Amino acid sequence: MKLTLNIWRQKGPNDAGRIVKYEMPNVDEHMSFLEMLDVLNEDLIHKGEEPVTFEHDCREGICGCCGFMINGLPHGPQRGTTVCQLHMRQFHDGEELWLEPFRAKAFPVLKDLMVDRSAFDRIIAAGGYVSVNTGCAVDGNAIPIEKQSAEMAMDAAACIGCGACVASCPNASASLFTSAKIAHLGLLPQGQAERDRRAVRMVAQLMEEGFGYCTNTGECEALCPKGVKLENIARMNRDYLKAAILYREENASAGGA
Amino acid sequence: MAINLDAKIPSGPIEQKWNKAKFDYKLVNPANKRKYSVIVVGTGLAGGAAAATLGELGYNVKAFCFQDSPRRAHSIAAQGGINAAKNYQNDGDSVFRLFYDTVKGGDFRAREANVYRLAEISVSIIDQCVAQGVPFAREYGGVLANRSFGGAQVSRTFYARGQTGQQLLLGCYQALERQIDAGRVKMYARHEMLDVIVIDGRARGIVTRNLVTGAIDVHIADAVALATGGYGNVFYLSTNAKGSNATAIWRAYKKGAAFANPCFTQIHPTCIPVSGEYQSKLTLMSESLRNDGRIWVPKKQGDTRASGQIPEDERDYYLERMYPSFGNLSPRDIASRAAKRVCDEGRGVGPGGLGVYLDFSDAIGRLGKKTIEERYGNLFEIYERITGEDPYSVPMRIYPAVHYTMGGLWVDYNLESTVPGLFVLGEANFSDHGANRLGASALMQGLADGYFVAPYTIGNYLASIKPGGVDEDHPECRLAKEEAEARIQTLLGIKGKKTVDEFHRALGKIMWDKCGMARNAAGLEEALPQIQALREEFWQNVTVPGSGAEVNQSLEKATRLADFLELGELMVRDARVREESCGGHFREEYQTEEGEALRDDEKFCHGAVWEYQGSEQAPVRHMEPLIFEHVHLTQRSYK
Repeated sequence: MKLTLNIWRQKGPNDAGRIVKYEMPNVDEHMSFLEMLDVLNEDLIHKGEEPVTFEHDCREGICGCCGFMINGLPHGPQRGTTVCQLHMRQFHDGEELWLEPFRAKAFPVLKDLMVDRSAFDRIIAAGGYVSVNTGCAVDGNAIPIEKQSAEMAMDAAACIGCGACVASCPNASASLFTSAKIAHLGLLPQGQAERDRRAVRMVAQLMEEGFGYCTNTGECEALCPKGVKLENIARMNRDYLKAAILYREENASAGGA
Repeated sequence: MAINLDAKIPSGPIEQKWNKAKFDYKLVNPANKRKYSVIVVGTGLAGGAAAATLGELGYNVKAFCFQDSPRRAHSIAAQGGINAAKNYQNDGDSVFRLFYDTVKGGDFRAREANVYRLAEISVSIIDQCVAQGVPFAREYGGVLANRSFGGAQVSRTFYARGQTGQQLLLGCYQALERQIDAGRVKMYARHEMLDVIVIDGRARGIVTRNLVTGAIDVHIADAVALATGGYGNVFYLSTNAKGSNATAIWRAYKKGAAFANPCFTQIHPTCIPVSGEYQSKLTLMSESLRNDGRIWVPKKQGDTRASGQIPEDERDYYLERMYPSFGNLSPRDIASRAAKRVCDEGRGVGPGGLGVYLDFSDAIGRLGKKTIEERYGNLFEIYERITGEDPYSVPMRIYPAVHYTMGGLWVDYNLESTVPGLFVLGEANFSDHGANRLGASALMQGLADGYFVAPYTIGNYLASIKPGGVDEDHPECRLAKEEAEARIQTLLGIKGKKTVDEFHRALGKIMWDKCGMARNAAGLEEALPQIQALREEFWQNVTVPGSGAEVNQSLEKATRLADFLELGELMVRDARVREESCGGHFREEYQTEEGEALRDDEKFCHGAVWEYQGSEQAPVRHMEPLIFEHVHLTQRSYK
């Protein structure tokens, strides 16, 4: 099939950037979307031009590296699919596509379709963990976990941290991402001890990074490639409200022998 | 430099070696730990676990990864599970059985003491991961669930749907982020290691390139740990992530770290077949699918009927036929070769005849679609997205693909390479899987090395040295930095006619054809000059657009490929000299009458350890003899 691509080209973080049009005369329907861009890039290099920079690594839909907007949708038109798993049979001959980076204040563009998502790491660092040093764990079967809780925790833990939720949100909110971790750990007995602290600290970091507020538009859930649910945000809000009242940072004056 | 291949295996009975070692290791006083710094390269299961644990212990850690976040490391893509000798199923598992299965599965080419320790530690890994909140699959009673994997007759594999690697890595990443927040680990994401710095015979630091700004920097530490994964991408097409590369271990090799068993490559039997010339990578379908899927091809050559049109008695369930006791759960090397054999006989299915069926219709009939969906739903979805076919109604088509490399930098029992102070963890080392890795054992080894072995052994090393003493202005640091810069300038300045990917595909084809699933002397002898010629052409005719002072993905690929072009040659040399078949290394000249791998324990019951001799001379092959005291050397049989 024949496709026309309009791709955002931006040399670096300080460049203004612009859309450049490329014709793809011969696209195989069995190619993945990124393989099509590989073909374009090989062609550009042969012509002495710079290839289009896009992030990718595993190409199996699990590492969360890839992701950009195709016609205004993060990861493109197929539901539940990262762009590396999107195949060209989802498009038709003669189609014109617009490829742009994920846009958010907290995701500055580094080059072309590549953005900086390190804000996500800082949100996790703020409390998205169970504080258990290596070596001090009890037997894996010592604490039974209801199958349903384990399954629901797994549903939330399936988040790949790609940023599609932020890119799809009119407020550029990272609530789905943050709440997925809060829900994952909050649904398990191991996550209870730090549940309040986690909610307070992660939400504070979320705001610190410059993401917008959640107004329950639900775009994030609709466009999440891993099907992470909006109900996680409700869990986060509940945990946060409770913790905002009950949680206090520990008193620094404690000490002793 | 004289090479020291003392494996430093502790004395005493095998069950007590690790405890004895831990007691004998020297300790660093808690107050002194922060004076020592450790560099960890790679943030997958091995590196992430090591960096987090070393941080928890109080050392100053600098962690590096080339991806934009430590959570992206390729451990994340592991699907099926992680083994542990918990015996929760009461089916006769034990530490000794896991040890035995791993040594046998590795075709008797791994060091017994290391494997025993791995099996012993396996149980603690599960406990640690559960404590971190890894959402493993559970039974209704709330206890952990298990599944079976190839090469084992007990059910000891723990899993989190088809995303076990992801969940284990996230546990590890979260532990790492906790240490980053605590200020005990400094994280350098989007940094690629380009060289290791050796001063006075000890590893003292690394040279990195910042992949955003292009800055080349030197980082100094008291010890360096490489956990940079395997080198399967030497084949271009593999199940590895696109960025997975051998540069860190290859640079270390050129600085004196010996490389062991480079030719031991695992070809995974169940991957989605290649669909066209544009193919950029291969996607694995978890081995766990073989629990319920039955593998077959038509009995007749060139049978082009649709799968549903071929009656039961005209199908050859060849694994069940050839290996009745393990059947579809035969180990990976055996299942891969069997697939190749039936395709070579002209009985393969799908385009080009390079595929076999993995059929779930019996299991769906027996258990219902819902159960199958619960077990493998996400894998079925991946398959459908890639191929456009629905595996609930037509059988999957699969074919073997390069998946894992058992070879890697030689390490002793302490995971220390032949360069003092340079430790190697996870897939990057050669230690535990011999000539073939069993399924669900890579995650086990990565986490064992990272959480439970390296933090002890690195501590022992640090206790024997004084912290600090060199800085970034040391002549060796300046030299390593200048060399890295010059190499990049050379690559950018060639401005030839062919792209990096074109060279990489060409290398991959040579490696797959001549040093892939089956190898022979004639092919390997042809491959050597072909790789050398390709490498020469690369340095004269590659084109790398852009500059070094910005994000430049072509340049990243070029520096990685330059090292693959050297490593490929070493793999071929190793495969040529090893005149036997064992595990993933199948030399066509050495097979039984039934076509099984024929080992030669008289001549090759050893690890082949290669020492770099400079670019002008061929490397030297040393041997680390393997002694089997607990598992008897026998021909593997899965019949």
